Amino acid sequence: MATTSPIWLPGETPVDMTTALGKAEIPSPVLTASGCSAFGRELEPFVDLTAIGAVVTKSVQLRPRSGRPTPRMAETPSGMLNSIGLQGPGIDGLLADELPWLAERGVRAFVSIAGTRARDFAELATRLRGAPGVLGLEVNISCPNVESRGEVFACDPVAASDVVSAVREAADPAQPVYAKLSPDVTDIVRVARSVVDAGADGLSMINTLLGLVIDPDTMRPVLGGVTGGLSGPAIRPVALRCVWQVHAALPQVPILGMGGIRRGLDALQFVLAGASAVSVGTAVFSDPSAVARVHDELAGALAARGFATLCDAVGYAHR
Amino acid sequence: MRGRSGHFGPSPSGQSGHNGRLLTEPAPVAARPPVQRVVEVVAARPVGAYVELTLAAPDVAERAEPGQFVAFAVGGPTSAMLLRRSIAIAGAANGAVTVVVAPHGPGSTWLAGLRPGDAVDVVGPLGRPFPLPAPGTPALLVGGGYGAAALVGLAARLRERGSRVVPVVGAASADRLCSVDDLGVLAGIVWITTDDGSEGRQGLVTVAVEEQLPDAGVVYACGPMPMLRAVADLATAAGVPSYVAVEEAMACGIGVCMTCVLPVVGSDGRTRFARSCTEGPVFGGDRVRFADVGRLRPDVVGADAMGVVAP
Repeated sequence: MATTSPIWLPGETPVDMTTALGKAEIPSPVLTASGCSAFGRELEPFVDLTAIGAVVTKSVQLRPRSGRPTPRMAETPSGMLNSIGLQGPGIDGLLADELPWLAERGVRAFVSIAGTRARDFAELATRLRGAPGVLGLEVNISCPNVESRGEVFACDPVAASDVVSAVREAADPAQPVYAKLSPDVTDIVRVARSVVDAGADGLSMINTLLGLVIDPDTMRPVLGGVTGGLSGPAIRPVALRCVWQVHAALPQVPILGMGGIRRGLDALQFVLAGASAVSVGTAVFSDPSAVARVHDELAGALAARGFATLCDAVGYAHR
Repeated sequence: MRGRSGHFGPSPSGQSGHNGRLLTEPAPVAARPPVQRVVEVVAARPVGAYVELTLAAPDVAERAEPGQFVAFAVGGPTSAMLLRRSIAIAGAANGAVTVVVAPHGPGSTWLAGLRPGDAVDVVGPLGRPFPLPAPGTPALLVGGGYGAAALVGLAARLRERGSRVVPVVGAASADRLCSVDDLGVLAGIVWITTDDGSEGRQGLVTVAVEEQLPDAGVVYACGPMPMLRAVADLATAAGVPSYVAVEEAMACGIGVCMTCVLPVVGSDGRTRFARSCTEGPVFGGDRVRFADVGRLRPDVVGADAMGVVAP
């Protein structure tokens, strides 16, 4: 694969890449992103899943969901718009099929949960208590492809904190709880502060931005769901800005950074802005081995800049 | 997906026959997992409106089975086009993989512009192959446009197993016909239709399909969705099992993005949004609910959680 990263020269000291999600230690700071790697299985031919930080699962809900009708996708400049609508097997399917598959192989799972009411989220957290291989929970309070788009929890600091406190209360104390935030807000620091006060152990930033594409031939929206979530390198500067602002305001809060990470130098920017781990999402669609490649490129980039550990680089751009 | 939508009306059988006993089983998964490789283009040959690319890809070629596809990264390492382009495998032999590219957007046009010596990142083989019938079963193969390329490897495999193979190939016009010579070598005779009459009979493939169907023990089809629907409906109405390879738009090709779903009846008789890449691209023709593509019906598993319930 072609790479723009500095080459990791033989003889250079290997960088200690270990990091943590809350209290849960992981050997690599590079994870999959929710909704971009299903439940991990499909990547097995391309990536050593046990070596990556964790598989962040597609968001699971209480019941199986069909998702939205097609078309669900539109390519955009350096990005894509999706309107999947959280298709998934529901918590029963996750516990019966997906999590055992990951656990048998020693793959760490960071389970993304979603719902329409705070008590749905709490019930999901309860069901996941002590589940083998579950490293922690990512609380998806920011999916733009839900029925009531005006009611995305992460757009309202009070609603967001209600969900997060319900989850933190119900969840296994050993499982860190990360709240996934939306960039589609006026003041992301305010939402971040609110969910941290409600007990979030960390923050995942960012979810997709709400977007629209119109087909000039049909003169109608391309997506069956009309609007969709924008992802890919096109949103990277927005994501980076969010990580920067929140780390500046809440430097002690761990951040799982994501949004358009395609290469090691992209991941490095998120680390320098304050992320202690990163998720690689849409890039997996174009390169199924992207998660492992970004890890290697990030390690090389850190070594080339004289960092002995990943943790030394977290927030380094704020000096 | 290239559409000639509107050319095919619903067949006399109406829906895809998902209410009765089904004639097909879901296609089984491929025997071997895919690989990702950067490979060299060894030949690029214009064929009518298309370009036939041959790639030195031994690891893909040795794993490939008829009906499977490959997914290309397009635009080079700094490309602003993030999504893979999935194309059916037209041939896999002697360490080489052949595909037929139909340039219609920026990504496929970039692919069609590749020259011998160029490198391209490819993932494959992907998807489920065509299930094979009992040896000797006479087979009707129906290709629309460049979709006919996906049937060449299948025709060879069927001939090896003693099947009589009857290919029907159709397109909008003569320059959009594909793989006619390759299929002719394997089958002896190829029935050709074009919408404008510029080659073969004027009309749709269904005209020839209706004539050949009485002698067929199984039908295979690859092409635009309206054609697949019409062919599957004809086969099902005649009590002949059919397998269709769909050309749904895919973002990843490997089963992680969930964009390429179709309403498909599973082995338990329930309809789910099934991924065309990993649960297809080959589906039982009577299992795809063509009339419901782009819709969410209340009987799809999980529709209730979307707020869609039967009235």
